[in-house]
This record gives sequence, C-alpha cells and structure tokens, in this order.
Amino acid sequence: MNKHYRVIIFLLIGITLVFLLRLFQLQVIVKKYKDKAIENAVRRITEHPARGLIYDRNDSLMVYNDAAYDLMIVPNETRGFDTTELCYILNISKEDLKKRIEKAQNYSRMKPSMVAQQISKSNYGYLQEKMFQFPGFFVQNRTLRHYPKPISAHILGYVGEVDQKVLEADDYYQLGDYIGISGIEKAYEQELRGTKGKRVVLVDVHNREMGSYKDGEEDQIAIQGLSLWSTLDMRLQEYGEKLMENKRGSIVAIEPTTGEILCIVSTPSYDPNLLVGSARSKNYAALLLDSVRVPLFNRALQASYPPGSTFKLANGLIALQEEVITTKTVYSCGGGYNMGSHTVKCHPHLGSPDLIYAIQTSCNAYFCRTFFNTLNNRKKYKTIQEAYQAWKDHINALGFGIKFDSDLPYELKGIIPSVAYFDKLHRKSWNPNSVISMGIGQGEAAVTPLQMANFIAIIANRGFYYKPHVIKAIGSKDVINDRFTEKIDCGFDKRHFDAIIEGMEQVMLAGTGRSVQIPGIKMLGKTGTAQNPHGKDHSVFVCAAPKEEPKIVVFCLVENGGFGATVAAPIASLITEFYLNGEVKRLDLEKRILEMKFL
Amino acid sequence: MIKKVSLGGSNEFDIQLILYYIAIVFIGWLTIFSTSYNPAAADFFSMNNAYTRQMVFIGTSILIAIFILLLKGQYYSFLSYPSYLCCLLLMIAVFFIGTEISGAQAWIKIGSFSIQPTEFCKIGTALALAKFFSEGKTIQEKKNRWITAFGIILTPVFIIILQRDTGSALVFFSFILLFYRIGLTGWILVVGGIAAGLFLFTLFFNEIYALALVTAIFVLFWILHRNNRKKVIRNAIVYAVTVVFIAVSYMGYSNMLQQHQKMRIDTLLGKVDDPQGADYNLNQSKIAIGSGGLFGKGYMQGTQTKLNFVPEQHTDFIFCGIGEEWGFLGSLTICLLFIGLVLRILRLSERQRDPFVKYYGYGIAGIIFFHFFINIGMTIGLLPIIGIPLPFISYGGSSLWAFTIMLFVFIKMDYR
Repeated sequence: MNKHYRVIIFLLIGITLVFLLRLFQLQVIVKKYKDKAIENAVRRITEHPARGLIYDRNDSLMVYNDAAYDLMIVPNETRGFDTTELCYILNISKEDLKKRIEKAQNYSRMKPSMVAQQISKSNYGYLQEKMFQFPGFFVQNRTLRHYPKPISAHILGYVGEVDQKVLEADDYYQLGDYIGISGIEKAYEQELRGTKGKRVVLVDVHNREMGSYKDGEEDQIAIQGLSLWSTLDMRLQEYGEKLMENKRGSIVAIEPTTGEILCIVSTPSYDPNLLVGSARSKNYAALLLDSVRVPLFNRALQASYPPGSTFKLANGLIALQEEVITTKTVYSCGGGYNMGSHTVKCHPHLGSPDLIYAIQTSCNAYFCRTFFNTLNNRKKYKTIQEAYQAWKDHINALGFGIKFDSDLPYELKGIIPSVAYFDKLHRKSWNPNSVISMGIGQGEAAVTPLQMANFIAIIANRGFYYKPHVIKAIGSKDVINDRFTEKIDCGFDKRHFDAIIEGMEQVMLAGTGRSVQIPGIKMLGKTGTAQNPHGKDHSVFVCAAPKEEPKIVVFCLVENGGFGATVAAPIASLITEFYLNGEVKRLDLEKRILEMKFL
Repeated sequence: MIKKVSLGGSNEFDIQLILYYIAIVFIGWLTIFSTSYNPAAADFFSMNNAYTRQMVFIGTSILIAIFILLLKGQYYSFLSYPSYLCCLLLMIAVFFIGTEISGAQAWIKIGSFSIQPTEFCKIGTALALAKFFSEGKTIQEKKNRWITAFGIILTPVFIIILQRDTGSALVFFSFILLFYRIGLTGWILVVGGIAAGLFLFTLFFNEIYALALVTAIFVLFWILHRNNRKKVIRNAIVYAVTVVFIAVSYMGYSNMLQQHQKMRIDTLLGKVDDPQGADYNLNQSKIAIGSGGLFGKGYMQGTQTKLNFVPEQHTDFIFCGIGEEWGFLGSLTICLLFIGLVLRILRLSERQRDPFVKYYGYGIAGIIFFHFFINIGMTIGLLPIIGIPLPFISYGGSSLWAFTIMLFVFIKMDYR
C-alpha cells in the first residue's frame, strides 16, 4: 500500500474521530445544552386568576373585575429592539423605559416582570401586531377591580403591586403581581387571590407562540379567587355615607346577635375606583397629601376618642357586677362631684338619682361616686392597684383597650391605661380621685368607634358578643366564615343589664334622645359629648333597637359636632330607621342632617 | 475486455458508493423536511416549501446521475479542460448577470431557481487538475508540474474571492490532498498546517508578535548557519515568503474578510464574548446539537431547529437538525457515512490504473471531506463559521447537482 495513501487515510479518520469525540462531549457528557434549549423555546406564561368577587349581605355586587393588559419583560431574552417604537406605543420617554427595564433586571434576568401596566385596549391591539419586533416582551392579561358604587372604600381596601418585602417572603408573588394592601382585600388575600395557572408554550426565535409544550400536559388552569359575602348592607352603607357628607367622623352599625357589621362609615372618604390600575399611585399620593380631609384615615378603626358619657354605662355595669352598688343605690347630686380642691360639675336635673335615672340624665356626680367606690372597694381588694386591675379586666372584657383581631386590618386598640401607668404617673401613691374623670368617660381612656358599637351590642345581647366582622361567607353564600362563630362571654350577670337597658330606654323616652325616637319602635340610646381639647366637642350617640330583641346597634360620632343630641343622635336614629323599616319617613330630620356641615 | 482489465476499475457500477449516496441524500431530505415543515402552511406540493423544492432537486439529480452513467466514460477525460474553462467563464459571467445572495455575488438567477457556478467549478477544477497531472509521464515530471497546477487552482479561487465568497474559495485548498498523493513531499501537508496555524496566530495575537516570532527563529537559524552560504540564502527566501504570508494573512483578515466573517473568527478565538450577538449562531448551533443527547429528541421534535433558533437550519447548519433530533447516534451515523464514502472513493481511486480517474477520485474525495470537515467543524464550535454546505444534505439545487455530478462521474469512470 502506498505510504501517502495510508497517511491520508489516517489523517481523515483522525479528524473524524476528533469530531466524534467532540460530539460525544457536546451531546452525551455536557448536560447544560438540554436546559438551554428548553430555556430558548419553552415559555412559562403565568395565567393570573381573577380575584374573587365581593357581594354585600343581600347579594348586591360590591366589587367586580375588568380586563386589563400588562406588558411584561424577560430581560435575558431581549435582543436589540426599536426603543423609539416601543416608547411611542407605550407613550413614555426613553429614560423612563430604560429605568423600568433596569428595575426588571435588578429583580430577575430570567423571570418575567412588568414594564407597563394597563395598556389601553386600542394600544393593546397595535402592540400585539408589533410584538415580534420585541423579543423578550409579552403581553399579559390581567383583571382590575371595579366598584359599582363609590362607597365603603376604607373597608373594601385596595390592591396594588407587591413590594420587595413580600416578594422576598412569599414565593407565590412575582414582581408586578397584585396583592391586597388594605381592608378586605388584605384580610382575605389568601381567599381572594385564587390559584395561579400557567401555560407552557413553545415560542420561536421571534418570540411568537408556536403551540403548547408537550401537548399542554404541564399547563394549569388559573382558578378564580373565592367570592366573599360581606356582612355589609350596601344600601345602608350608602345611606350612612350620604348622611355623613361634609362631616368628619364615623358610623358603625352591628347586628348584635351575630357580630356582623351592617355598615361602617368613616368620613371624609374617597371613591374606591380612584385606587385602581395605573392611576392608583398618582391618586394615592393626592389622597395621602390631603392633610385637611385625611381621606385615607379609617376613623372607625383607627381614631381613638374619649368615650364620653356612653362610658358611664360600662362603669355602672361594672359597679353592679362588683356589688359596689345595686339598682336601688342612690347618690345625691349637689350639682357636681366634689373632691375638695375640685368639682366635677353636673347638668341640672332632679335631686338624688338612682342608676336608671342617673343614666337617663347622665349624672356626672352619680358615676364619679360609683367609680370612686369601685376603686375604693377595700372589702374585696386590698389596694387601689388591685381594684383598678379588676375594673380594667372588666373593661377589657367589654372590648375596650383590646384588639378584636377580626377581619379588619389596622384596627387600633385604644387606650385603657395599666396599673403601672398610674403607678409611674403618681409615684405609686394614687387614689380613686386621681383617675376619677375616667368614671364619666373623660381623662386617659380612649376608644375606637368599633369598640363603642361592639359595647352596645354586648348590652343588647345582655353580656356577650361575637367579634365584629365584615365577611360572613366565603366561596358560597352558605359557607359561613367560621372565624367569627365563637360567642364571647363578658363575665357579667345577665340581670345587671336590666337596669342599664331600662336607663337607655328612658334616655329615648324622657332624656336627651327624646327628639330622635323613631315612632313605633322601642329604642335604647345614650348621648355623649366627648370633650375635645383641640376645639368644639365631638357629638356622640349610641342606640339599639328594637328594645326586646335588638336587630341593630349603631354608634355615631361627628367630630366637632357639639352635643350628642345635635348631630350624632339624628344620624344614628335615621340609620336605625332605614335598616329596620327599609325607608326613612322623617324627611325633615334627614334634610336637616344633610344640610349640616362641620368641615 | 482486455483493455478494461488493464485500466483497472470494476465491471459494474460501485454499488457501495451508490448506497452511500442514496442514504445520505435520503437523510438530507428527511432533515430538510423536519426543519422546514410548517404545519400552518402544510401544502406538500407547494414550491414554496424547501422540502418540496429539494424533492425536485433530488429527482433531477437522479436523472442527471442516470444520464452520466449512460454517457461514455472517456468523454470526461476529453472534456476536462473545456469544462474547466466553461466554469471559469460562467463565474466571470456572474459579475455581469449575477445576483447577490447573503453577501456573495455568486448566483445566476434562472426563473425562480438560482444557480451557483462556484459549485460546478469544483468539478471542472478537479477534472482539469486530474487531466493535467495525468499528462506527466514520470513521477518526477508530475511533481515538477505543481506550480502550474497551483495556477489551475488559484484562478477560480481568485475569482471566488472577488465574489466575496471566502468559504467556497477555501474549499479549493482541499486539492492539497491530491498534491500530496501525487508524491509531493509530506511537507506540503506540514506547510499547509503551519500556514493555517500562522494565519490563526496572526489573527489571535496580532501581526507584530507573529513577525517578531518568525524573525527570532530565522535570526537564530542565521547565527547557527552563517558559514553555510547556501543555507543562509535558502532561509532568507523562506523568511521572506513567511513575512509576506503574515502580511497577506493580516491584510486578508482586515480587508478581504467581511465584517461578519471577522466577527465569527473573533468569536471562535474568544476575542469577543457576546452570546446574543456574533456568538449567536455558534451558541444556538451548540445548544441544538448538545440538547439532542444520546438518542435525540425524536424526528420533528427539535425545538432549536423547528422554532428557527438555529439560523440557516436547512442549509449550512443542517447538521444541527440531525444532532438535535437523532442525538449522538444520528451524528455518529452521519460521520460514519461520510468517512465511509470518502474512504470508499479513495480505495477505488487507488485501484485505478488510469491516473486521470485516480487523481480525479483524490480531488473529489478531498472536496467532499473538506466540506464535511468545515461544515461540521463549525456547527460544533471547532472551526470558525464559514458558510459552505454539507454535501448531499444541505438544501440547495446547485450544491446537490454539483456533488451528484462529481460523484457519478467518478462512479462512471470507475466502471470500465
């Protein structure tokens, strides 16, 4: 055989062997190319479920969804594209686009994140045609919240993009995802958000979808979030917000037998539709900066007020339970409660009241003395500290100074000072007179409107309550929200409520509530005037009706409204009438209220 | 009968070569179908489909093959120079009537088909070279003809470079294999290798280092041999040639190669790393082949090729489709088929008594192997990306016709 022939054969076979070794290395030994091919061609598209709907207690829709389109980016898959064109379509500046892309890159180069949200439907059509020019981008279908009526903004809350903290804490969320930020949207995020689905598709080099991957066996359908049935009565809520127009304050109405909140108003408020979609951040900033109206502030849960005269009901009840007084106990009122150096003045009323008459007339002297005796009960408690602690335990049992931990995010617990607080304030030497103003609902104590309303529910129930809440059923109207079915007993003998209720009825018949008594319905009520060191007093009223089996308790507070009977009482009464009768007949009263302005 | 025996060759057409041909062409069509089939426009008989057109090319190729087998073998020896000249004229004609396709002015459009004369010129050159060498009476006489033979090669190369089709020009250097077989010293392979190495070295480091290195070697030589005048002169000549080569390499790199070709070489050399840019072709090609694994993803299941991530996936990068869908076993099969085909041609060539047929065999074996070498080498990242087709497999009429003619002329001449 020719030598050169042999050399050539060896050379050619040698080269082929080198190729085969290289191919073996590429195809069999190195594994990364498999992943890279999948990364190239397989796109996991998250299917966002629609959030659950929210109905009111009568099946009226409070919150629903509307379609929107977001532009997403996977930074690693972008190649050179026409930024001018994209900016033109999105109507943003080049710098803005650059910033958005950088933000997405900082989040993740592999995972999709949002570049532009809520593209209009016409722009969406145009963009869809041009998508092939923008590899690494895709359009995602989303839904946005909408509210048929511009009411109950505070309690419904709003959704917005997840922040960095949530992203780090919870794998479920990706940059640009929506999450409930306040109200029901936050409290029921888990139920409302639904289950994300995914579509696994093949895309070609131009980023066009070319069918499903593995015949769709990895696809998962997005499951819409559960619908919620609220305890709120939309009509009542709307009426309440109407009555509170041009007033600062709140209304809380509860069905005492269940703890269901029928309406919860805080004014000034805002249209919940303002905090939806791309306009959200701009509108939110405007609402946040409105320091005069403070519309984002939910007074019903977050404002602490001096409880005012309504607190006398609690103190009377505690004194009965502690056997400091009986319903027959009479204290004389010489125009006030004299502590030597100082007198707590009283309103003019007849002679020496018993408990019922003291409630009817809101006698300061009677309740100061009662409170004094409660804290000075040396038969039962050795020190004032022990006596005060016993009183505080009762007060806490009545729902003051604690959080209900209900389904209302961001509730405050108000202020019921501890023993330690007074020990520190008075260097351990204090006596009932040091704290006597709390006996008539002034001084250090502060409560929220929700707590006051719940307290009236306890009276209406004669000693127990269900946590006040806003969601009664989840998923289906007959699936009862089981978080709030526990009956909470306050530890008072049922009989002690008789005198309290009797007193409250007298308020409506012969006392400060006379003018707002609803014809034909037996009502319980109590006015209050919460002293306000910063200006005109706050007008407070609580009521429950009908007397025998109360179906509704209402708390109303109008800041700077003056006496309880002036504004708060008519509003609470109208709310009660509207709820019980389905309509309001006292149109002149309604008109007068609507014309009142305290802003 | 006696004459036939004395000339060597077989008395039937070599069935092995024909089987290799059929197998490779068949695999080629299957792969073109797989990479270009579009279910959204699945009209099989539409001439817009690459696979339908290739079917036509295959049909015409078979007709051409039969025609060649029917012609008298002696014609080819007689026609070698004329066909070479014809090809040269055609290529020159391209400058006047040609069209430009992907950067190369190398096509003549006839109706909806385009003919690339370069492909056919490989046959003409192989014939002419074989003829030219076979005219030398003695081995020594043949050896002495190499300078003119280089001329035969360089003429088409020069024209092709002017057409900016560097890849095809490179192919003509595969005739070195023939030169070597004729008896030119093994240095021709070594010099070829060193030239390629120096070429890369010049690109990789830069011409100054290359010059410095070469100068240093020759200065050392000169010091060692300064008393031997003859050697000094010879070294000086070699040195001068080397310097000129480096200069040409550098100029060729910076002027002759187009920007995209430079980028490809830079990418392979690691001068630039940009997986989404110039590196893109190579990257996607490696992903396609690498993701095939041992057994492949299955026919028509290749995502890289079907979804167009690999560029030119039915022409220059068609090997990706095979690697991706048939895995290492597919790659192995293709490599074995090609080396089998080339070795078979060489073996039959060795058997020939007629030096013309023998040299022609070596010429076309070199061309086919060189195509295989460059094409697969680039798809697996061992060689820079140079756009030349994989014989019998890549989509394209000119290429398939040319390789069919090339091979069947040999089969015919082998049969005497």
